[in-house]
Amino acid sequence: MPEPRKAIALISGGLDSLLAARVMMDQGVHVEGINFYTGFCVEGHTHAIRKKDRARPKRNNALWVAEQLGIKLHIVDIIEEYKDVVINPKHGYGSNLNPCLDCKVFMVNKAREWIDANGFDCIITGEVIGQRPMSQRRDTMPVVARESGAGDRLVRPLCAKNLPPTRPEQEGWLDRDQLHDFNGRSRKPQMALAAHYGFEDYAQPAGGCCFLTDRQYSVKLADLWATRGKREYEIDDIMLLKVGRHLRPRPNFKLIVGREEGENRYLEGYRKRFVHMLPTSHRGPLVLIDGEPDAADIELAARLTARFSQGRDAECVTIEVTGKDGASRARAVKPYPAGQVPADWYL
Amino acid sequence: MKSVDARRLLCPLPVIRAQDAVADLQPGDLLRVRCTDPGVLHDIPAWCRVHGHEVCEIDEQEDTITITIRVGSD
Repeated sequence: MPEPRKAIALISGGLDSLLAARVMMDQGVHVEGINFYTGFCVEGHTHAIRKKDRARPKRNNALWVAEQLGIKLHIVDIIEEYKDVVINPKHGYGSNLNPCLDCKVFMVNKAREWIDANGFDCIITGEVIGQRPMSQRRDTMPVVARESGAGDRLVRPLCAKNLPPTRPEQEGWLDRDQLHDFNGRSRKPQMALAAHYGFEDYAQPAGGCCFLTDRQYSVKLADLWATRGKREYEIDDIMLLKVGRHLRPRPNFKLIVGREEGENRYLEGYRKRFVHMLPTSHRGPLVLIDGEPDAADIELAARLTARFSQGRDAECVTIEVTGKDGASRARAVKPYPAGQVPADWYL
Repeated sequence: MKSVDARRLLCPLPVIRAQDAVADLQPGDLLRVRCTDPGVLHDIPAWCRVHGHEVCEIDEQEDTITITIRVGSD
């Protein structure tokens, strides 16, 4: 009996990639999944950090999809390589700092490298023409195939009938008639196909699976680049953008204010790298000061820290201020009036 | 027994660290992964199931979760 043909499916954890992989499995193709971790993935992080979210059942949707399909899932750390995609996107950004087309090209290219190294025949994605405004348009689909180097080894089973035949179809081991012709933003065809296969409880992330599509997150990342004077980041930078309130009262420093116990505990792990503040006369948040504050800035930051403490209405709140050298000093400050914090300080 | 320190890493990084370590092991070998993200309580067993590995033990001590994995044959 001949070995089955083999395909690697890009598994995001959403419905489309689940269905695309399943459609290929229906034709006897051996499918394994690949999932890329960029550092911007929404998957689970705020959930893991915020205490109020911890009680809810959590799952990694890509692993859930793999379990539903009964396939292996290879999770690949691309944090370092992905920086160039975010910082220098050849095709530009979407409505926020989301470089969706470059991202898709990059991931399909990584999948191409993987199939070349592992003797697989083709790559599967859950793309649908017209589904996304940047990366899933009729004119950008060939761009992904061409620039990734995947060419006709890239199969999009959900909209294959709207595209030229791929190599597996030309070679006769993939039946085009059993592929689909989905088109546009409607989710009804996907939902009908999910029902056909008996898939329930699949993930339907409202804002996509990437923080870069989030306006508020993009504002914080743009602020980080602008104030540092260079477009670069480390993984800790982008993790901290997911946590707490961020206020920038002055160009030379910002505050990262823990919003609840889980965030305070998470910020604890970073406190030695930052000047940090903690109310001691009242309960309140751990606050990291990112930047180079002078003495007047420290006073302002301490008053803002007091504003977010339970002593916000008190005449005086004691704030313990600890420098990067570990030396601590108590400061008694008047809380900054809540109504007077300018809205444009909030990132 | 090989050990991986994935403390302070958020999922899926502990899973990726475990996956990378398992790549260098033989079927039947044991791997111990130390973590702090409670998400691993779901994610590492799920990853083991899809790859045919066995979760031998999960030990939770204060904020540290230690998961011992026996590498599967495939």
